[in-house]
Amino acid sequence: MSFFLETLAGGLLAGVMYALVAIGFVLIYKASGVFNYAQGAMVLCAALTFVTLTERDLPFWLAGLVTLAIMVTLAVAVERVVLRPLVNRSQVTLFMATLGLSYVIEGIAQLLMGASVHELDLGIPDLPVALGPIQLSRFDLVAAASAGALVIALSLFFERTRIGVALRAVADDPQAALSIGIRLPILWAAVWAVAGFVALVAGLLWGARQGVQFSLTFVVLKALPVLIIGGFTSIAGAIIGGLIVGAADAIAEIYLGPLLGGSVSTWFAYLLAVAFLLVRPAGLFGERAIKRV
Amino acid sequence: MSDTILELTDVSLTFKGIKAINGLSFAVQRGEICALIGPNGAGKSSLLNILNGVYRAESGTVVFEGERFGRIRPGSAARRGIGRTFQHAALFGPLSVLDNVLAGLARHSRTTLVEHAFGLPRDAAETRRFLQAAEEILAFLDLASYRDRIVSTLPYGIQKRVDLARALAARPKLLLLDEPMAGMNGEEKRAMGGFIEAARDTFGLTVVLIEHDIGVVMSLSDHVVVLDYGRKVGDGPPEAVRNDPVVIAAYLGKPH
Amino acid sequence: MSSASSSASLVPGRRLAIPALPLRSVGLALLLALAFVGIPLVATDYWYNAILIPFLIMALAGLGLNLTMGYAGQASLGTGAFMAVGAYATYNLLLRLPSLPLPASLALGGLIAGLAGLVVGLPSLRIKGFYLIAPTLAGQFLIEWTFNQVGWFSNYASSSSISAPRLAILGRDLSSPAGRYALTLSSVAVVTAIAWRLVRSQTGRNWRAVRDGETAAAVIGVPVARAKLSAFFAGAAVCGVAGALWAFAYLGTVDARSFDLDRSFQAMFIIIIGGLGSLAGSFIGSAFIVLTPILLTHLSEAVLGAGLDGGQVSNIQRVIFGALIIGFLIKEPNGLVALIGRLWRHLVR
Repeated sequence: MSFFLETLAGGLLAGVMYALVAIGFVLIYKASGVFNYAQGAMVLCAALTFVTLTERDLPFWLAGLVTLAIMVTLAVAVERVVLRPLVNRSQVTLFMATLGLSYVIEGIAQLLMGASVHELDLGIPDLPVALGPIQLSRFDLVAAASAGALVIALSLFFERTRIGVALRAVADDPQAALSIGIRLPILWAAVWAVAGFVALVAGLLWGARQGVQFSLTFVVLKALPVLIIGGFTSIAGAIIGGLIVGAADAIAEIYLGPLLGGSVSTWFAYLLAVAFLLVRPAGLFGERAIKRV
Repeated sequence: MSDTILELTDVSLTFKGIKAINGLSFAVQRGEICALIGPNGAGKSSLLNILNGVYRAESGTVVFEGERFGRIRPGSAARRGIGRTFQHAALFGPLSVLDNVLAGLARHSRTTLVEHAFGLPRDAAETRRFLQAAEEILAFLDLASYRDRIVSTLPYGIQKRVDLARALAARPKLLLLDEPMAGMNGEEKRAMGGFIEAARDTFGLTVVLIEHDIGVVMSLSDHVVVLDYGRKVGDGPPEAVRNDPVVIAAYLGKPH
Repeated sequence: MSSASSSASLVPGRRLAIPALPLRSVGLALLLALAFVGIPLVATDYWYNAILIPFLIMALAGLGLNLTMGYAGQASLGTGAFMAVGAYATYNLLLRLPSLPLPASLALGGLIAGLAGLVVGLPSLRIKGFYLIAPTLAGQFLIEWTFNQVGWFSNYASSSSISAPRLAILGRDLSSPAGRYALTLSSVAVVTAIAWRLVRSQTGRNWRAVRDGETAAAVIGVPVARAKLSAFFAGAAVCGVAGALWAFAYLGTVDARSFDLDRSFQAMFIIIIGGLGSLAGSFIGSAFIVLTPILLTHLSEAVLGAGLDGGQVSNIQRVIFGALIIGFLIKEPNGLVALIGRLWRHLVR
C-alpha cells in the first residue's frame, strides 16, 4: 500500500509541474486561440540561457533577470511576428506555425549555446524525505511547492486583475471585447510575457531535474494530453488535468509497464486523453461551442 | 383532399437556457411553398436546423412523409429526401461550380473506393450519369456558363444560385431554403423567385423558405407561418396572415 | 455557416491550373520518360542514394498525408507510424511468405498500413479539427512503441534494426542503387496514378466537401463518416508503401526509430511547403525538403571551409525550415505549387 501511495504521490508531484507548463499553454490559448507548440522550445531556451549565463559566473539572480528579459522579449516578438499575421486562420494552421516556430527557437538556441547536456544546480539537495509511511524526493517536493505557488499566484492574477477579466472577455468573443475598449495588443503582449515567465520557471525546475538538454522540449508532448483532459481554456482544468496525467502516468508506468514489458509513459497519457475527448470533447472544464449553420 | 408532407407538433429547443423555439406546431402540404417569417432571432434558422438533424429538438415530434423522426442526423435527413440551402451559402469555396453540384449528388452514389481508385466500369458509368444530371441542373438554373469557375470567386447572387443547384441535384422531396434572396436587388429576387417556382413545378418539390422581404413572400408563397421569439403568432394563406392584427403587431408593422 | 468555426478548411487547396490538356499530357509523358530512361543514363550512385530515392519516397509519404489532411482536412501526426506499419508488414510478408512476389508484398503492406490508419482515424468521427492531432499522436506513439517492444515483428532480432531481405522481382536482382531506384520509381508512379484517379472521383469530391464545410456536407447528403475513414485508409496505405520503400529501397534496414514523430512532422512540412491539397505539391515539397539540407551542407562548406560541424549545420537547417514553414503559412498558404502555377501563367501569357 505504501508503495502505491509513494507512486501516486510522486506522480502527483510531477503532475504539479505538468500543470505549471500547461498553464502557459492555457494563457496563450485564451489570448491567441492557439495550442502553442513552441512553448516546449521556449522552456528549453529559458533553461539553456540561464545555464549558459551561470556557467559564465553570473550570479543566480542576475542570470534569472537577464533570462527573464530575453524570454519576455522573445514571447512578445513571437506574438507580433508570427501569430498576429495569422489572426482568423484555422487552429490547425496556427498549430503548424508554432511547430515551425519551435524549430526556429530550438535551432537558434542550440546554435548560440550548444547542444550538450548541462547540469543545472538550483541548490536544492535531492534527498529522500519521509512523510509518514512514504518517502519522497526533497527536490520534487520543493519543485512541486514552487510550481504550486506559481500556479496559485497565476490563477489569482487572472481571476482578480483587470488583465484577467479582459482575457476572459477576449476568449469569449474577441469582437465584443474589442468594441468595449479592450486593447488587444497590450493584452496579447501581457499574456505572452507571462507565458515567457512561466517557461523560465518550468525550464529551471525541469532542467534541474533532468539536466538541461534537448529533451526538455518534450514537455510540450506531456502538456497536450493535460490540456485535452482539463480543457484548453481553463486554468483550473490545467491543474486538475496535470495532476490526473501525472498520477496516471506514474501508476501506469509501475503497474502496467512490467506487464507490457516496457515503458508506457510515451503513449499512456494520450490514450487517456483520447478517451476523455470521446466522452467530453471540450475537456473537464472547457466550454462547448454551439454549431452554427 | 390535403396531403401533409411535414408536420411539427409542440417542438421546443433551448440554447443555454434561452428558448429558441417554444411549443411550435404547424403542417406543410405537399407541393406548396411555405414561408417562415419573423424578426431576427425568432428561431427560423434553428427550426430548419432541427428539420435537417443539425440540432435536436428537446421535445415535440416531427413527422415527415408519415414517418416520425426522433434522433436524426444530417446524413439521414438528406437520405430521406430533405434538401437545404444556407443563409450564407455554405458552399465548398475552393471547388468549381460543377464539383459543388456533383457533391450534392453524393447520396445517390453506389460505387466504392476500389472502383474509384482503379476507374472500374461501374465508376465510369456513374460518373457519366452524374455529370449529365449536374449539367441538367446547371442548365435549368442558367448556370452553365459558370460550370468550371471556382465558387469562392463568384458574386454573392450567383453563389446563392449555386447553393440551390447543389441542393436540387440531390432531387429532394422537401427543400429548405434559408434566406435564398438575402442581399439581392429587386431584379435578382424576382429571378430567384422564378427559379424556386420552376423547381417546385418541374421536380414536384415542397419548399419551406425563410425570407424577410414581405413583398416576395406574399407573391411567392402559398402558406405563411409567422414566428416571434420562438412562438407561432400566425399561420395561414398570405392574404389572411397579412391582415391578422396579431401578426401586424408582432412583425409586419415594424419597420426593419 | 460561420466561417470562423474551428472545423473550417485548413487552407484552400486550389488545383494547379495548367492550361490545355494536350500540353499537360505531353509534359507528363516527358517527365516519365526522363525519370525512367533519362535519369538512369546519367545518374551516379550518390544521386540515387542521397537524392533521388529519398526524394521519391518522401514525396509518396507526403502524398499519403495530403490525401488525409490536404484533401479531406483531417489533421494527422501519424504518418511515421503508418510508414512503420507498412515497413514491418512488408518485412514480415517477405519473411514469412517468401513465395509472394515483391510487388504483392508491397501492396499488401500498404493495405495493412491502411487498416491501421482506419483504426487511428476512428476517433475522427467524433473529434474534429485541431483536436484530431491527439488520437493521431496516440497512434504514432503506441505503434512506434509496439514495434520496439514486440519481438515477433522484427523476428526476434537482437538489435533494434534488422536488415532487409534481398530485393528481387522475377529473379532480377534489385539491390543495386539503379535497381532500387527503378523499384521506387515504379511504385511511386503506380501509387500516384491511383491517387490521381481517387482525388478526381466522387470519393475525392466527398473528401474536399468534408474539408471545406463538414456540416454543410452532411446536410446535403455527403457520407461524412465514410469520407473521413476512407481518407485515413487511403492516406495511411500510401504512407505504408512509402514506409516499406524507405526500409527496403533506401535504408536497407527496418528500424522503428526512423519512423518517429519527426518523420510525421517532416511529411507535414512537405505538404505545407509543397501545397496542401495538391498531388504535385507533395513532390515539390519533398524535393525542397531533400535538397535543402544538401545545398546547405555544400554552401556552408564553400563559405566556411569544413569548419562547421554536422550539428551546427542541422541547427541552421532547423531554423531555415521553421522560418520557411511560418513564411509559407503567412504568405503563401497554398505552397510552392501555387507559386509555381502563378509563375507559369505569368510566363505563358
